[in-house]
Amino acid sequence: MSTYSDSEKQPMQKIIIDNLSKNYSADAGKLDAALDTTNLAILDGEFFCILGPSGCGKSTLLNILAGFVQPTSGSVSIDGMPHTHPDPRFVMMDQEFGLFPWLTVLENVKFGLEIKHADKREQDRIAHQFIDLVHLHGFEDRHPFELSGGMKQRVALARTLSVNPEIIFMDEPFNALDMVMRIGLQDEIIRLWTEHDKTIVFVTHDIEESIYLADRIAIMKNSPGRIEKVIKVELDRPRSRDSDSFYKLKNKILREITL
Amino acid sequence: MVSEKNRPSKILRFLMPYLVLVFCIGIWQAIAMSGWFLPDLLPSPVAVFQATLELGQNGILFQHILASLVRVFAGFGLAVLVAVPMGFVLGRYRRLQEAFNPIIQILRPISPIAWIPLAILWFGIGDKPAIFIIFITTFFPVLVASITSVRNIEPIYVKTAVNFGASDRDILIKIILPATFPHVFVSLRIALGTAWVIIVAAEMVGMRSGLGFLILDARNFLRTDMVVAGMLTIGLVGFALDRIMVSIENRIRKRWGYKHVHIFGF
Repeated sequence: MSTYSDSEKQPMQKIIIDNLSKNYSADAGKLDAALDTTNLAILDGEFFCILGPSGCGKSTLLNILAGFVQPTSGSVSIDGMPHTHPDPRFVMMDQEFGLFPWLTVLENVKFGLEIKHADKREQDRIAHQFIDLVHLHGFEDRHPFELSGGMKQRVALARTLSVNPEIIFMDEPFNALDMVMRIGLQDEIIRLWTEHDKTIVFVTHDIEESIYLADRIAIMKNSPGRIEKVIKVELDRPRSRDSDSFYKLKNKILREITL
Repeated sequence: MVSEKNRPSKILRFLMPYLVLVFCIGIWQAIAMSGWFLPDLLPSPVAVFQATLELGQNGILFQHILASLVRVFAGFGLAVLVAVPMGFVLGRYRRLQEAFNPIIQILRPISPIAWIPLAILWFGIGDKPAIFIIFITTFFPVLVASITSVRNIEPIYVKTAVNFGASDRDILIKIILPATFPHVFVSLRIALGTAWVIIVAAEMVGMRSGLGFLILDARNFLRTDMVVAGMLTIGLVGFALDRIMVSIENRIRKRWGYKHVHIFGF
């Protein structure tokens, strides 16, 4: 496949999106945005951002990638295998967190492990490990309604990481949070991504967020929903939000979007 | 300082319900003693108290309470065992629910009392027709609450569970049951209260025991003091049933992190 001689350095293609499209028939009354023919490859271990305005189909694309929505045409394959249904190896994190209000923090984090029928003691060990990792030690017995938005998203993050997924799909996960929490969780997710070697596909409408986080950014546009351009972010990590190169890239993307 | 100041009003607030109760009984006693009504038409609280003791002493009252409770719990229990699973299935499969909707909507508004003639013809005299009536009383409200609460589950709960690889059984036990619990349990509590109301009417028609029968039987002997004693017993037992349901509800709610139900009354 690759013509490079040093193919060992070339990251593998993790997700291949081939001629994918999604139409919603008008009578179905669906509000989700449609998606025009899309081709894309996301690399193994990559932090990939999908950036676009609302209604551009970025959530539709993510839901197809995670296997929750079937495309009208085209296909998604992961590790060379066709991917059509939700799979615990590829976990989706939504904007609304999806925490179960009737479970405590610990029980929420253990949920995926319980479904996998992992050994009980192992469940506790792993859950506590990830609760510590997202700095929620001491909150194990709280219920979600007792937590702030930021803490809820940390719980969702711990629950996702605890099943050791290969890919994490994140649909505007920090949308409901205030600016300070947002920045804090952006650093957190970068730290966890660096330490745990995951592929992350991250949907956002926030340009700065995408530049701060992504290896590459796919810029999407409206009507029809489509990927306009994929931009590589050549900034060294850890990134600074107020460097010249950061602003240059931000302006470049802004121009791209408003064109 | 502030709490010191608040103390008398707190005590008053605690005592107030009892004071109002005593006050109402006092007015009742005063009217009964005024001679405006014949004692047979308006028995005094003292006479009712004596009638209650009389019924209590030879165990008759207890037997009637037990007879009514057994019928209510049998009918209620059976109805819950059928209505909740059926509601979950109908709530999960939209087509099925659409198919069953007309028959449910037509049977639902029929008063359980209207079923009494058929119930007696079908099941004869005894506990069975009463249990059937209570089944009807409980079944429809619980069924409808179960259907709507399943349909109103946040889709993201199921989506998340499916993503982690949950089976249908996992989804039922780990998602649907706890997610629907608050709504369904309220319907159980209301249905039990309604069942307690309906059982009295059912026992007045075709039964030889139970609090409804006791009231009717006492009237036939012009023992209005016993009629009122039976009525107050119905009120007190109904109140106790509701209180038990609330405490069960709150225990489960606490376990599942829902807020506590505030109870009305004292």
